[in-house]
Amino acid sequence: MGEGAVTATIPTATLAGPEDLDGATRAALAELLLALADDEFVLGFWDSEWTGIGPALEEDVAYSSIAQDEIGHARALYELLAALTGRKADDLAYDRGPEGFRQARLLGLDRGDWAQSIARRYLYDTADATRLAALAGSSYAPLAGLLGKVRREEAYHLLHFDGWIRRLNDDDRGRARLTAALDALWPAALDLFTPLAGEDLLVRAGILPRPFAALRGEWLAALAPIFAELDLPLPARRGDDGAYTPTVAPLTGGRDGNHDPAFRRLHDEMTMVYREEPGANW
Amino acid sequence: MTATARPETGRTPEEARVWDALRDVYDPEIPTISVVDLGIIHSVAATPERVRIEILPTFVACPAIDVMREQIREAVAGLGVAPEVSVGVTFAAQWSSDRITPAGHARLREAGFAPPADAPSFTADTVVDLNPLGRVRAKLVPCPYCDSKNTLLENRFGPTLCRSIYYCNNCRQPFEAFKAV
Repeated sequence: MGEGAVTATIPTATLAGPEDLDGATRAALAELLLALADDEFVLGFWDSEWTGIGPALEEDVAYSSIAQDEIGHARALYELLAALTGRKADDLAYDRGPEGFRQARLLGLDRGDWAQSIARRYLYDTADATRLAALAGSSYAPLAGLLGKVRREEAYHLLHFDGWIRRLNDDDRGRARLTAALDALWPAALDLFTPLAGEDLLVRAGILPRPFAALRGEWLAALAPIFAELDLPLPARRGDDGAYTPTVAPLTGGRDGNHDPAFRRLHDEMTMVYREEPGANW
Repeated sequence: MTATARPETGRTPEEARVWDALRDVYDPEIPTISVVDLGIIHSVAATPERVRIEILPTFVACPAIDVMREQIREAVAGLGVAPEVSVGVTFAAQWSSDRITPAGHARLREAGFAPPADAPSFTADTVVDLNPLGRVRAKLVPCPYCDSKNTLLENRFGPTLCRSIYYCNNCRQPFEAFKAV
C-alpha cells in the first residue's frame, strides 16, 4: 500500500462541505459537531487527571495517551465546526463559559474514583462506538472521513476499558464498586442519546444516518449480551418488537448546557491558560 | 480531483520530481523511515505553477504533523518546480498502518521498532458489535531485535499515540511496536 495505493473513500458521502448545506441544516450540523467535540474534549481533560496518579505506571501512560487522542479528536471536530461558522477552533474550544459547553451529562460528572472512571469510560466508549459506526456512513464527507479515522483509534480505547470492567468484575470488592458506579452513571449516560435540536434535518440529509433514539436502542441491544455474560444488571427492557428501551429515567440537559457543579472546577482549569491571553496564537 | 492513487506512469514530470523528493523526507520521530514509506502521502498534484500535496495523519492527534508539513513544504519548495507549494492535511482517506510499505517495515525494524500486524477492517456496520476482540486482536508481534515470537504485550499504549510497549522473553529486551490501526 502507500504510494500509488487505491484508497477507499466513503461511498455514501455526497455533501462535500458547508457550501452544500442550507442555513437550517448548517445550524443543526453545528449542534451535532459541538456535542461530539465537547464530549471528547471534556472527557479528555478528566482522563488527563489520572496522569501521575493511576494505580500503576501502565495506567498513567494509558490514560495520558487516551487523553491525548480525545483532545485531538475534539480539535479536529472543532476545525470542522470552524469551517462551518467562520470562528477559530481555539476560540470555539476555550472561549465559552461552562453553560456554553454541550457535552452529555455523563461527561460533566467528576472523575470520581478508579471504578467510577472505568465505568464511565466503558459506558462512553460503547455508546461512542455505536454512534461512530453510524456516523462513519454520514453523507457529510468531512465528518464521515474524520470519524472513519477516529473509529480506528477509539477501538483501542474500548479494548482497554473492556478489559478493565472484566478485571474489576472478577472479584467481590471490585464488582461491588463497579456495580455501584454503573448504577449511579446510567441516567447520565443515557443523555448521550438525547435527540438534538434540528435532528430531523440531519437525518433527512443523511448527515446523521439514524436518529439518536434508534442509536440508543442499538447501543443497549449490543450491551445486552455482554452484561448478561458478566452478570451485571442492564437497566433496559426488550419490547415485543425486539427494540431495547431504558428502564431508568435519563438525566438530560447536557446538550442545553446544564452540567453537574463539578464541571465548573474542570472548566476553570481547562480554560485557565486561554483566559490569561485571549486571542493569542498557540 | 487531484492525483490520488494515480499510477506512476500517469504522473506529470513535476509530480515525479516531487515524489522523488518526498522519499528523502523522514519522520521526525523515526528518522529511518520516509514519509512515502510511512504511507502518509495522500496526493500530489503538480504543475509548473503550483504544487499541492495532501497528507494523512497517522493519528488524528499526532503532534508531529505540523513538523512533517513544514519539512515536506521545504523539501519540495527547494526543488524549484513551481513557485507555489502548499501542504494540507486531509481525512478524505484514512491512514491505516497497512499503508506502511514493505520497505517501511524493514526501516522500522532497523530502528528497533516492531512493524504493525495487519490492521483490522472497519466497514460500515449494520449491526453494532461491542466485543472489541472482534476488531483488535492481540496478534503475535515478533521482536525487532531477535525475531522471537516469545513476546509479551506490556502496555497497549506507549510513549507516542502510534506505539505499544512489548517485552521480548527471549532476548530480554523491551521494545515498541506500531499499533495495527
